[in-house]
Amino acid sequence: MPSPSNTIQHKGTHHAPARSWAWLGVVPFLLFALLFLLLPTANIIVGAFRNAGGEWTLANIYQLFQPSILASYTISLKISIASALLGGVIGFAIAVAVVQGDLPRWIRAPLMTFSGVASNFAGVPLAFAFLATLGRLGLVTLLLRDWFGINLYATGFNILSFWGLTLTYLFFQIPLMILIITPALDGLKREWREAAAMLGATTTQYWLKVVFPILLPSLLGTFALLFANAFGAVATAYALTGSSLSIVPIVLFAQIRGDVLQDPHLGYALAFGMVMITLVANSIYLWMRARSERWLK
Amino acid sequence: MNTMTSRIWSWLVLLVAIIYFGLPLLGTFEFSLRMLRGTYSFEAYRVVLADPQFQATFGYSLLMACATIVMGVVLVVPTAYWVRLKLPHWRPIIEFITLLPLVIPAIVIVFGYIRLYNTSSWLPLTGTAWSTDLLMVCGYTTLALPYLYRAVDTGLRSLDIATLTEAAESLGASKFTLIWRIILPNVSVAILSGAFLTFAIVIGEFVLAALLNRPAFGPYMQLMGANRAYEPAALAVIAFALTWLCMGLIQLVNRRQRHLAVPQHR
Repeated sequence: MPSPSNTIQHKGTHHAPARSWAWLGVVPFLLFALLFLLLPTANIIVGAFRNAGGEWTLANIYQLFQPSILASYTISLKISIASALLGGVIGFAIAVAVVQGDLPRWIRAPLMTFSGVASNFAGVPLAFAFLATLGRLGLVTLLLRDWFGINLYATGFNILSFWGLTLTYLFFQIPLMILIITPALDGLKREWREAAAMLGATTTQYWLKVVFPILLPSLLGTFALLFANAFGAVATAYALTGSSLSIVPIVLFAQIRGDVLQDPHLGYALAFGMVMITLVANSIYLWMRARSERWLK
Repeated sequence: MNTMTSRIWSWLVLLVAIIYFGLPLLGTFEFSLRMLRGTYSFEAYRVVLADPQFQATFGYSLLMACATIVMGVVLVVPTAYWVRLKLPHWRPIIEFITLLPLVIPAIVIVFGYIRLYNTSSWLPLTGTAWSTDLLMVCGYTTLALPYLYRAVDTGLRSLDIATLTEAAESLGASKFTLIWRIILPNVSVAILSGAFLTFAIVIGEFVLAALLNRPAFGPYMQLMGANRAYEPAALAVIAFALTWLCMGLIQLVNRRQRHLAVPQHR
C-alpha cells in the first residue's frame, strides 16, 4: 500500500502513476478467493478429467452417461425446471397483483419482508415443515382425512417424490421470484401504459406487446437463477427424503461421505456436471440481466 | 380484463399464496405441540431446549456465524473501499468473483476443500478440529460473499470516498484509522444488513458442516429429523423464528438509516 503522502500527491494529477502499487490492496481478497473458491473448484474440474494415476482421461465423463447417473440428472433437472417455472409464474402473479395496485398498498411491505424470510428459510427446517404438514401424519393429511374423507396417500401422493420436493422448493422459489421481479415491475413507466392506452391498446395488448417484451429478459434471467437455486440445493432434499430420491446433489453428497464409494473419480465428474449446468443457467441470467438493464433504468 | 376481474384475480392469487405459505407454518406449529398424547403442550420445545446436544451445536453454530461475520467484514470492507477509491477498473472482476458462490454449488466448493486440504495435502486444514473450524469459517465467508460484498459496495456508493479519504489523511489518519473510524461507521447499516443475512445463512447450514464433520446446528437438526417425531417440528419453528428475527432486524436498521439519513444530507 502506498503511504498517505503518496496518495495525496497522485490525487492532484488524476493520472495513474507510472508504477502504481495500488493493486496490492486487493491481494488479500484475491488470495482468499483463490484459496477458498477458485482453487477448490478448479481442483474438482481438473479431477474430473484425470484418472487415479493422474493421467488425463475422459473416462469419468463417460461414466456420467450410465443409466443410474443419467436418471439422477433427469430427475434433478425435472425438479429444478418445474420448481423454477411454477415459482416464477406464481411469484410473478403475486408481484403483479401488488405492484399494479389491485391489492391495497399496505400489503406490499409485509409481503416483501415475508419474501425475504421465506426465501432464506431453506434447508433442514423447511423439510421438517413440509413433513409436519404433508407427511403421513401431517396437519393437512389428517384434515383431509377427517374433514373430507380424502386419503391423500391413497391418491398416489407422497411428500418423498418429484411433486413433493417440487412443492417444498416452491416455498423458497416463489418468494425469491417476488424479491427479484418486483423492482423490474416498478421500473415499468406509467407513460408506457398511458401511451399504449392513448393509441387504443387494450389491457391485454398492453401486457402482451409492451410489458412482456420488456420484461422477457428479466423473466428468463430470473428463471435461470431459480433453476440454479433449486439445482444446487442439498439440505432440503436430504432432510426430506434421506437418500430415497436420488437427485444429483444427494448422489454427490453420498459419494463424498463414502456411503457408496464405487469410484472416487465419479464424484469429480458428478460435481463437474453440476457446475456446468449451473454455469449455463447463470450465464443466461447474467446475459439476460445485461439486456434488460437497457430498458429498465 | 377490466378492473373488477383483475381485482378478483389478484385477491385470489393472494389467497392461494396465503394458504400455501400459511399451512406449512401452521402445520409445523401444530405438529410441534402434539408430543404429549391427547393434549397440546410445549413439551417438544422443553425437550429440545434441555437437550445438551442442542445447546452445544447451537452454541457452536452461533460462534461460527459471529466468526464468519467478522471475517467477512475484515475481508470485504477494505477491499470494496480500495476498489472504489483506487482500482475502479478492477470492479467488474472483483464483482464477478463475489458472484461465483451463487454459480458454484456449495457442495462442489466443500468437495474441493476436502480434496485440497485433506490431511495428506500441502495445507492439511482438515487435520485438526480448530483448523477445520477455520476452514469452515472461510467456507461460510465464501458463501456469504455475494450478499456481503453487494451490501457494502452499495453502502459505499452513497459516500464521497475520495473526499473522506483526503480529509482524514490530511489530518494524519493512518489507513487503519481511516477504515476503522471513517469508512466502517459510514457503512454500518449495510454491514449490519449483510451480517444478519450471513447469520441466517450460517446458523442452520447443513452441507459444509456435515461434510467437514463438525458438530453444527444443521447436522444436529438433520439427525433429529431422522430419529425423532415431534422435536424436528419444534426445531423448525425455532429456526423460522430466528430467520424472521434476522430479516426483521435488517428492516429495522434500514428504517433507522432512512430516518437518520434525511436530516443529515439536507
